[in-house]
Amino acid sequence: MSTPIIQIKNLMKTYKIGGETVHALNNVSLEIKKGEFLAIIGPSGSGKSTLMNMLGCLDRPDSGEYLLEGKNIGKMNDNQLASIRNQKIGFIFQNFNLLTKLTALENVELPLLYAGVSAKIRRETAMESLKKVGLADRAAHLPTQLSGGQQQRVAIARALAANPSILLADEPTGALDSRTSKEIMEIMQELNEIGNTIILITHDLTIAKQARRMVSIQDGQLQENGGELLGHFAMH
Amino acid sequence: MGILQCIKMAFRSIKSNKLRSCLTMLGIIIGVSSVIVLVSMAQGSTTNVTNQINQLGTNLLTVNTFGTDLALTQDKIDQLSKLNGVKAVAPVVSGRVTVKEDRTSSQQSVLATTPDYSSVRNVNVSEGRFITDLDIEYRQKIAVLGSDTAATLFSGNDPVGQNILVNGTSFKVVGVLASKGSSLGSSGDDVVIVPLSTGERLLKQTDINQVYLQGKNENQMDFVQAEVEAKLASMFPNNTDSYTVSNQKDLMDTMSSVTESMTLMLGGIAGISLLVGGIGIMNIMLVSVSERTKEIGIRKAIGAKRRDVLLQFLIESTVLSSMGGIIGIIFGLCLGKILSSAFNMTLSYSSSIMFMAFLFSLAVGVVFGVFPANKASKLNPIQALRYE
Ligand SMILES: Nc1ncnc2c1ncn2[C@@H]1O[C@H](COP(=O)(O)OP(=O)(O)O)[C@@H](O)[C@H]1O
Ligand SMILES: [Mg+2]
Repeated sequence: MSTPIIQIKNLMKTYKIGGETVHALNNVSLEIKKGEFLAIIGPSGSGKSTLMNMLGCLDRPDSGEYLLEGKNIGKMNDNQLASIRNQKIGFIFQNFNLLTKLTALENVELPLLYAGVSAKIRRETAMESLKKVGLADRAAHLPTQLSGGQQQRVAIARALAANPSILLADEPTGALDSRTSKEIMEIMQELNEIGNTIILITHDLTIAKQARRMVSIQDGQLQENGGELLGHFAMH
Repeated sequence: MGILQCIKMAFRSIKSNKLRSCLTMLGIIIGVSSVIVLVSMAQGSTTNVTNQINQLGTNLLTVNTFGTDLALTQDKIDQLSKLNGVKAVAPVVSGRVTVKEDRTSSQQSVLATTPDYSSVRNVNVSEGRFITDLDIEYRQKIAVLGSDTAATLFSGNDPVGQNILVNGTSFKVVGVLASKGSSLGSSGDDVVIVPLSTGERLLKQTDINQVYLQGKNENQMDFVQAEVEAKLASMFPNNTDSYTVSNQKDLMDTMSSVTESMTLMLGGIAGISLLVGGIGIMNIMLVSVSERTKEIGIRKAIGAKRRDVLLQFLIESTVLSSMGGIIGIIFGLCLGKILSSAFNMTLSYSSSIMFMAFLFSLAVGVVFGVFPANKASKLNPIQALRYE
């Protein structure tokens, strides 16, 4: 339980828009252990998504070091990053990001497809994954035939399918009403209890509080436990 | 990810956009089917022409001279007929006349010749008889009609024994030729044949400028031609430009070069339409890539490599174009059948052309798919995910 799964040191990411430089990530350091449930909280534009892209190996930092299970991500090429994303990371997005022309089951199969798993095992594993989120009976439905909460559960099943090291959720309840939000958060809790490492990104304090550990981000800078920022959020 | 999986995925995506896929394929379908139809038409006419030339006899030489000074007198014709390789000769005087039967009147080409014309040109009578030596000797006013001419003048009735007016003079029809079909635009069935002596008077022309020669052996035609040319050179010294000796092989070579360039030209035109179809595919694939930017982003986030995305779009365009190719071949064959029966055309299909057209459509899909597929594979997943 105590080996760090993610080690980030002095991560920098700047964007230049016109003549202005934006420090989307400013000297961020973070350590996440296996089995943790971490919430990253921050207002809009604070750099949450940039951090998530970094953690999800969708982007490389300008400087600094990112070790995922001891491997240096900054030195990998696009293909290696794609494999890492495929095997180590399960993404859960705010707007679900399911492929609308594929059925629920086919969506869940997708990461296994890119992992080169044979058709039969793919189907079985995907079905197993759908069962975990309680949607086995909706396997043949298209995303458009499912409610928002159900779509997000399919997305969670997809994130789980390849049995990744971390689940990375960017505002997973952002597009859902409070009741379905609660449902999704319950699933997340359960997944964490059975050993999944979860990183949850949100601007909503009540959601963030359900995690076991919380860090806050403001103007690209990270602070353990939110500090004064938490107080700022609490006022809303 | 396996190729088979990619192909399955391509079919799904093509099926999910049926109308657009059909319209895109239409370009290839039109291209491939026009290649099939046009090339089969060109090849059909080549076979036709070759057959007709062969039917005329491969052991035929034609001597043409130009001008009164170079007229072929009886003496000269005899000299030519006595040459070693020559089996028979048929001098010809030709012109156009007005032929009248009852109320039917028409312009016809008339050939005045000798009995040997029948064997030299390989024409036979289907009814009655051909010209004889006696007809020539007594300047008989008799005529042998080509099958089309007979049909025009007598519309189905038996012409043999009937009289016709040729330029106002009455001629008796003694025979009708068997149909040979038209060759190279001039029909051998549209003709009136009269005895040489009669014809010379009818056409007011005593100079003979054309003689057909039949060789004894069709394998020695080059030798016979050289012999004839040497003889003519001795007959008309200093006038070598004023006569020609042509054989069927020359004619065949000319014709085949004409039809070959016709095939190339028609194939080329059809090929261009195939190219246009390819550009259509590229266009649609580019639209598809930008429409599916989000999908590409999701796939990449989930672990699709550049190669996976490239293959997905490349296979999609290839499946699209080769499906168009197959439909085009089937459509082309049907169209060819309809055209050939409606317009009585000879079409000759070759499987190699169909195979080539299919390969070409496949290649079009690959070539024009590479650019959009490459564009898709290079998309940045972060930007693609953000795209709405
Ligand atoms: N691709 C980009 N180009 C330019 N600026 C960007 C880009 N992505 C993010 N930024 C900037 O970086 C900062 C952090 O953005 P982001 O990580 O999306 O914030 P959050 O997700 O917390 O709202 C913002 O000021 C944003 O404008
Ligand atoms: Mg964001």
